[in-house]
Amino acid sequence: MSGDIYLDHAATSWPKPPAVLEAIASFLEHAGGNVGRAGHHRSIESSRMVSLARESVTELLGGETPDDVIFTKNATEGLNLAILGFAVDGGRIVTTSLEHNSVMRPLRYLEQSGRCALDVVHADGNTGEIDLEEWTARVGAPGTCLAVAVHASNVTGILLPVEQLGAIAAEHGVPFVVDASQTGGHMPLSLPALGASAVAMPGHKGLLGPTGTGVLYLAEGVVLEPLIRGGTGSQSESEYQPDFAPDKYESGTLNSMGVVGLGAAAEHLRTVGVDHVQAHLTELGRRFRDGLADVDGVVLYGPDDPARSVGISSVNVEGVPCATASRVLDDEWGLMTRAGLHCSPAAHRSLGTAPEGTIRFSWGEDTPEASIDVAVEALRTIAERARSTEQVGTFA
Amino acid sequence: MKWGGVVSFFASEHAMRAERTLQRAELPARLVPGPREVSPNCGVAVAFVWNDEPKVEQALAAAKIRFEAIHRYDLDDETGTVGTVRRESVA
Repeated sequence: MSGDIYLDHAATSWPKPPAVLEAIASFLEHAGGNVGRAGHHRSIESSRMVSLARESVTELLGGETPDDVIFTKNATEGLNLAILGFAVDGGRIVTTSLEHNSVMRPLRYLEQSGRCALDVVHADGNTGEIDLEEWTARVGAPGTCLAVAVHASNVTGILLPVEQLGAIAAEHGVPFVVDASQTGGHMPLSLPALGASAVAMPGHKGLLGPTGTGVLYLAEGVVLEPLIRGGTGSQSESEYQPDFAPDKYESGTLNSMGVVGLGAAAEHLRTVGVDHVQAHLTELGRRFRDGLADVDGVVLYGPDDPARSVGISSVNVEGVPCATASRVLDDEWGLMTRAGLHCSPAAHRSLGTAPEGTIRFSWGEDTPEASIDVAVEALRTIAERARSTEQVGTFA
Repeated sequence: MKWGGVVSFFASEHAMRAERTLQRAELPARLVPGPREVSPNCGVAVAFVWNDEPKVEQALAAAKIRFEAIHRYDLDDETGTVGTVRRESVA
């Protein structure tokens, strides 16, 4: 291995800003009590730090009040809460063919258990095009109780027109849930402007917080059933779940140090500017695509214009299984990517890359241009080997 | 510091936000253990100077912070003593 080049930001970002590590260490040293559970100074200091983190995340994402922001352990938890909360027995749910399993599995569960019918509207994984007439017809059909769409595909990074999809849902009075797993922190977001009833995202990808953190935004007036019930530190005399946010949705001890780290990450992003992050991701995307334009034997997926993606590109090398290529990239260049179906079999079926999948390259806020250049040269080398009699790679 | 009132809350998150909001508005405020005789709901309350009461109420409303009630409550930081709770919730 010749390097340590991390291009798997779509799975989780690395490294985290130093401020995140410092905030977590500071929390454990100077606070460390349980949030909202006591009046002693360590509990109060913990509560202060978590509350500040909620404020930072709210301001980064354009929320109206910190009560709009629920902390979850990941995007999946937020999506499950929203999907199961909006689903109506006997109703119909509409979604797209580019969804991750964090959306598809709860939806298929509802379908399989006979609770809801499911309509999947085809969306193009390369262009992001989706048949708006079909979306309108399905969303407007009698009995539709929910519409769900991914903001950007985790396979190709292509952005979907979620504002349009949400506007159509709103016209029909149908709640709309957005999976913003790949866009949070990677493009400027004002969550109320998305027109969604709920938006879920992880804290540990573009938002640069630690794993074990996630954010669920609920639009003003949205009240759902919680996923779990239990102690919240509030209304201790009652054996019934509080009816107010955030406590209603945050039962059990919070991942306080993770949340505090996420708050520090949000402050970091506010200082850097998410618009600058987006511009950097786009520039790297252009460099990646331009670098591979004259390489024979490398197939690129996703939009031609990287500005329509969010720092993700999927490729295949002709004649080389993606898992093999990904392993050679790591073994020889220290280049970390993710191969396979990326928990999105529907998206790969849409792209025509199922069941093998693709090699996904995904970069982040601090990825240097040199890392992209290494990736391009490594793919060129693997493609040349595949066309010759040379062995594609030797495995450690 | 002698405080003349406390705000009680349903959720500690709201108490934290209230303390921050009042301090940013340059209104003296401090988190205190939630007096049991005031409210059993949340472990902490926010103490403030009673003369500021209208401004406190206004600042909390502007920041959309949900609170349970505002109470007359005597608390002396220097002596650490708590005076009588005058059960006069104003909100």
